[in-house]
Amino acid sequence: MTDIHPTTPGEGGAPRLEARGAHLAYERRTVSESLDASVRDGSFTVIVGPNACGKSTLLRAFARLLTPRSGSVLLDGRDLARVPAKEAARTVGLLPQSSQAPEGITVGELVSRGRYPHQGLFRQWSEADRDAVATALAETDLTDLVDVPVDELSGGQRQRVWVATALAQQTSVLLLDEPTTFLDIAHQYDLLDLFARLHARGTTVVAVLHDLAQAARYATDLIVMRDGQVVVTGSPAEVLTAELVERVFDLPCVVVPDPVTGTPLVVPRRRGLV
Amino acid sequence: MSAVSTRASASVVRSPRRRRRLATIAVAVLMVVAAVVALGLGDYPLSPLEVVRALTGQDGFASTIVLGWRLPRVLAALAFGAALGASGAVFQSLTRNPLGSPDVIGFSTGAYTGAIVVIVSGATSSVGTAGGALLGGLVTAFVVYLLAYRGGVEGLRLIIVGIGVTAVLHSVNTWLLLRAQTEVAITASFWGAGSLALVGWSELVPAAVLLVVLGAATVLLARPLRQLELGDDVARSHGLRTERSRLALVVVGVALTAVVTASTGPIVFVALAAPQLARRLARSAGVPLAAAALTGALLLLVADVVAQHVAANPVPVGLVTLVIGGAYLVVLLVGESRRAP
Repeated sequence: MTDIHPTTPGEGGAPRLEARGAHLAYERRTVSESLDASVRDGSFTVIVGPNACGKSTLLRAFARLLTPRSGSVLLDGRDLARVPAKEAARTVGLLPQSSQAPEGITVGELVSRGRYPHQGLFRQWSEADRDAVATALAETDLTDLVDVPVDELSGGQRQRVWVATALAQQTSVLLLDEPTTFLDIAHQYDLLDLFARLHARGTTVVAVLHDLAQAARYATDLIVMRDGQVVVTGSPAEVLTAELVERVFDLPCVVVPDPVTGTPLVVPRRRGLV
Repeated sequence: MSAVSTRASASVVRSPRRRRRLATIAVAVLMVVAAVVALGLGDYPLSPLEVVRALTGQDGFASTIVLGWRLPRVLAALAFGAALGASGAVFQSLTRNPLGSPDVIGFSTGAYTGAIVVIVSGATSSVGTAGGALLGGLVTAFVVYLLAYRGGVEGLRLIIVGIGVTAVLHSVNTWLLLRAQTEVAITASFWGAGSLALVGWSELVPAAVLLVVLGAATVLLARPLRQLELGDDVARSHGLRTERSRLALVVVGVALTAVVTASTGPIVFVALAAPQLARRLARSAGVPLAAAALTGALLLLVADVVAQHVAANPVPVGLVTLVIGGAYLVVLLVGESRRAP
């Protein structure tokens, strides 16, 4: 199940999302003075970098949660800030880093709320909504749990519910902010395989990940960031070298082929073994 | 996983949606029963059957009593109770806190301040008092919102600022009453207790029209409210303009309480308790709007029946809700402090 996604390097595919000279800042803290980055259509783009390098901030800008002070973020060539909110939400979905479900809400109800951008002021729940929710539940293997309160689920199941909520949105771009952070290793790979399946079906996936081995296995494109800047972009095979990892993460290491997939595997040279 | 699956099939049998619908219908039925009973109570007692006959106009004298005197008060209790329940549901959902209510964030106290200022300044018309109350409540709500605003409004901060502003206004109110002449102070205190005794058809109709408009607005805002429950990031990624929706909800929530307060004086507790009772009855996700409105209507009606008929002399309904509400608030606070780490 590890080689179900194509690891084609970064050619072709018009940019779906693009940051151009984007000045990204929170109330008191500037993250990037001027950031350029883009996400190819049909790619599985993974953003990596050390803590506080601005990778989640870039994702927030792509998700329209953060408007650049200057410069711009483009969605399919249009200034994202000018795209109507619901229209953007029908194109780009987000799995945020942490989320809280209202107390007592069932899986089915929560996933249904992902249909919001498809509903109008007066439009009632439709056939299309029901289908989308059913499909999202089936894809995330949650159909049997539809009437179970989300509070009663395990961490892995709960994360799948939020993925299903984003899937019910039926967007062609899916943003994932550290989707595997609170999961054990088996559930991490279950979830990543799910994203790979979505990608194989044509969804453009953009994820912030911490684990470089996972990034190398699943990404078609890597965006490597440090200090609010993109250091390099390209396929994992091109980009992930010992020299780069040492420069970006300050971690002396060797890079060997992953024994299972052949993708680059970063092995640290610490702990006095070398 | 298998344990959860078993649990799941059990849940399908007792579908949460069905329970919710049943609870809502049960509260609605109780409400109608309570209304019929309330219409029969008084110096000229009527059986439920006689009440129904009087309502259809088949009994001259009883019809005059029921339609002319008792019905406006019962309808006012239902309409105002529903408004307070819905308003409380909006605030509790926005603040994600069972303490969130227009009373707690200072609206009622501000309305009282406005009313006292008008009464003390010598105005005698009820329209003037209502206007003063409305202005006082709205200004207070606006000030609380501004003080709590920091690039967006967060629930707990809104409540804490509200409690602070309420405390300040309480002392202002006391000061104003102490300075006033005795009879003026009594008039103001009577208003401040909150009563349905003075509501007749001419007071009820304009208030009801406003409440219908606000009710419609609440229904339209229900979906954005459900989105806000998911947190701002998710709501915005679903295409909701969160700050705009939140402001609209605060305005509607405040306006619902404002209309009631202007008509009756401050009636506390209903907005605080109705949503929580409704939530427990319906076992719903988040705070249910419709069930909260129905529960509020039932609560205020029952409280008004108690206020009129249980004590030897009728007391203002606001006093009844205050007594029950005080006890409820203590229970709620104890529960909150136990839950907090």
